[in-house]
Amino acid sequence: MTETRKIIEREVLMNGTQAVANAAMYADVDVVAAYPIRPYTEVMDTISKLIADGELDAEFIVAEGEHGQFETVKHASLVGARTLVGSSGVGWLYAMEAIVVTATDRAPVVAIIGNRALDDPGAYGVEHNDAMMVRDVGWLLAWVDTAQEAFDTTLIAYRVGEDPRVLVPVGISMDGGFLTHSEQIVRLPPKELVKDFLPPYNRGKYLVHPDNPITVAPQVNEDWVMEIRRQHDEAVERARGVIVEAYESFKKVFGRYPGSTSEIEMPENPFVEPFMIDDAEIVLIGMGTVSKPMKVAIKKMRNQGYKVGMLRIRWFRPFPTQDVIKYLSQAKVVCVIDRDYSIGSPNRGGVIYHEIRSSLYDLDQRPKVLNFIGGLGGREITIQDVEKIIKIGYEHRDTPITKPVYWVGVRGDPW
Amino acid sequence: MVEKEIEEKVYKSIVKTIKDAPLEEFYTSGHRTCQGCESALVMRFLAKAAGPRTIVIGATGCMYVANTTYYTTSWIVPWVHTQLGGSGAAALGTAAALRALMRKGKIKQEPINVIAFCGDLGCADMGLSGVSNAMTYNYNLVIVLYDNESSANTDIQETSMTPYGAQTSFSRPGKQRRIMKVRWKKSVVPMIIAGHRNVKYAATMTPAYPLDSINKFRKALAIGGPTFIHSLDPCPKGWDYDPKFSHELGVLAVETGIWPLYEYINGEIVYNEPTKSIIEGRIKRKPVKEYLEKQGRFSHFTEEDVEYFQKMVDEMYEEWEIPAVMPIKSVNVKISDK
Repeated sequence: MTETRKIIEREVLMNGTQAVANAAMYADVDVVAAYPIRPYTEVMDTISKLIADGELDAEFIVAEGEHGQFETVKHASLVGARTLVGSSGVGWLYAMEAIVVTATDRAPVVAIIGNRALDDPGAYGVEHNDAMMVRDVGWLLAWVDTAQEAFDTTLIAYRVGEDPRVLVPVGISMDGGFLTHSEQIVRLPPKELVKDFLPPYNRGKYLVHPDNPITVAPQVNEDWVMEIRRQHDEAVERARGVIVEAYESFKKVFGRYPGSTSEIEMPENPFVEPFMIDDAEIVLIGMGTVSKPMKVAIKKMRNQGYKVGMLRIRWFRPFPTQDVIKYLSQAKVVCVIDRDYSIGSPNRGGVIYHEIRSSLYDLDQRPKVLNFIGGLGGREITIQDVEKIIKIGYEHRDTPITKPVYWVGVRGDPW
Repeated sequence: MVEKEIEEKVYKSIVKTIKDAPLEEFYTSGHRTCQGCESALVMRFLAKAAGPRTIVIGATGCMYVANTTYYTTSWIVPWVHTQLGGSGAAALGTAAALRALMRKGKIKQEPINVIAFCGDLGCADMGLSGVSNAMTYNYNLVIVLYDNESSANTDIQETSMTPYGAQTSFSRPGKQRRIMKVRWKKSVVPMIIAGHRNVKYAATMTPAYPLDSINKFRKALAIGGPTFIHSLDPCPKGWDYDPKFSHELGVLAVETGIWPLYEYINGEIVYNEPTKSIIEGRIKRKPVKEYLEKQGRFSHFTEEDVEYFQKMVDEMYEEWEIPAVMPIKSVNVKISDK
């Protein structure tokens, strides 16, 4: 006999960072390391208050810099503590050495990245290049779109990262300002259900403890490093299946698909969010909150007869190659909106653009791919911008691409 | 006076003679340190002093490269690598995690020693802010600075701890300039004790005095809280001498007054071994020349350089407020009634 239970969720108004902090509290984290940099900081403001109020029992370390911040959680994680950490922009880069070894030491810490432009020149608005710095070093990376998704993905991050088949750190990226600082209704499930979804963190034979005297990260040089890199790559690959399991389990335990609420309907695919894509000739691709103007513009343009849809990437690592192929192979033109750039790259485009093009390369009949770099440093990508992108994409249905990369709304550059 | 509780802890922890030291080794065969390596002895003493309920964290440095080669690790206790500048934060993270996990009943409640060691480049230069931060928290951890006065795993490069005038691959004497290393060595222990109020124990040591060294580790672990030990480790490769003289050089560094042995216990400075006799005037310091002339790294020194070196060391003992520890002097300030 299956028991059906009525799940009563609490509705709370909170922004993306607060949602992550609350999820970490639900996950009963043991060690939190903080160091301020906007716009991620509020996650730590919230956590410290939760600890002060006795809602969370955890050690709260204020580090001396981001490098120390990430070293602290790495070592806490290796001795079996569930940890939360995070940063933004150049702070994230200052910690990069520690961030890389967190992955190579297979410490499943969860980090929030409030995406921010890189200095110089100083800017605190969103740009995805900070988080992109770890795309090649073995972190799992998710880009969330709403505070609800931030909350749900944080719980999933602990479940996936700490899975013995994975043991890899997870980064939850969110658009600085647009999501870190905008308040939305978040549905909080009953806390007692969390233990049904999230088992305790158990490092097993990799635990650092006097009862288990192992040596972590000895020097290996050419003797073993290739095998270790390969194992790491295989763990990230295994994460695909574990992510699917986690999303299904989430739905089973909490009664709704991660990211979705009664107001937000979320297609049941952990890796991508397709929108009006079934018959679309033009498909827009983006990550994070850019989906908002995209969705509005798509609805508007659909009324004018444009066959346009959207694919939002939710998990950037592991990259959803199969989903990209599945949803894009029938499209005529793919317009990738990058909130990042890869200066000096092939075609001088953005990072997602190159990943998408690479994913589609082996198809016999592949769509044309256009790239739009926009919204850097926190500049808004407006509905009008997206409409223009759709029109440019539409023009290229039957004409060859002469200009593959556009910069959206740069002064003095008629795009 | 040292507080009674701390006094008791210290008394209980010390080993009276070297024969009373535990026989068990927790840093044992399998390392590939150079012949005559004194830093290897530091590792051995700290592991012996700490015993099996210990987690050791090692920052990048010659003791990482030489000791912890996959399949030949010399550590019997759990050992974790941390990045060059990460020892303070790593110790903090480990100690914080143990406290949280024990409090929340996720692991068994018991005292586990957390020891992080780092070389002079990693600790005194790059990792200093992290070490300092660890010293401001009230977790039980020991940070050990093993100081061979150079960056010894990347060849021999100058660090801020390299003594005045010494040759390294970054400070080679040339035709125009004989002395390339013109900076005077930093004093790290005074920095730690002066700047961090909840540090109850910090000390200098050198493995040439094994009993003194083992006891300093034991005291640090017994007193608890954040503690710091700075060890001077003669290095045959970097200092350029026959490996058989390692111990002799450690002794000479102390006897010439270049490396004073002292410990800071809850607000008091206690001098140890020959340094105690020197400070109390029972023996005279040997001339620094005896120490310098035995090492190839000072082979370019002229009489003038030796004199300058001697003058700087004399100053430490004759003019400093706390001889050979603190160069700060108190001034009698009259607070006016106005």
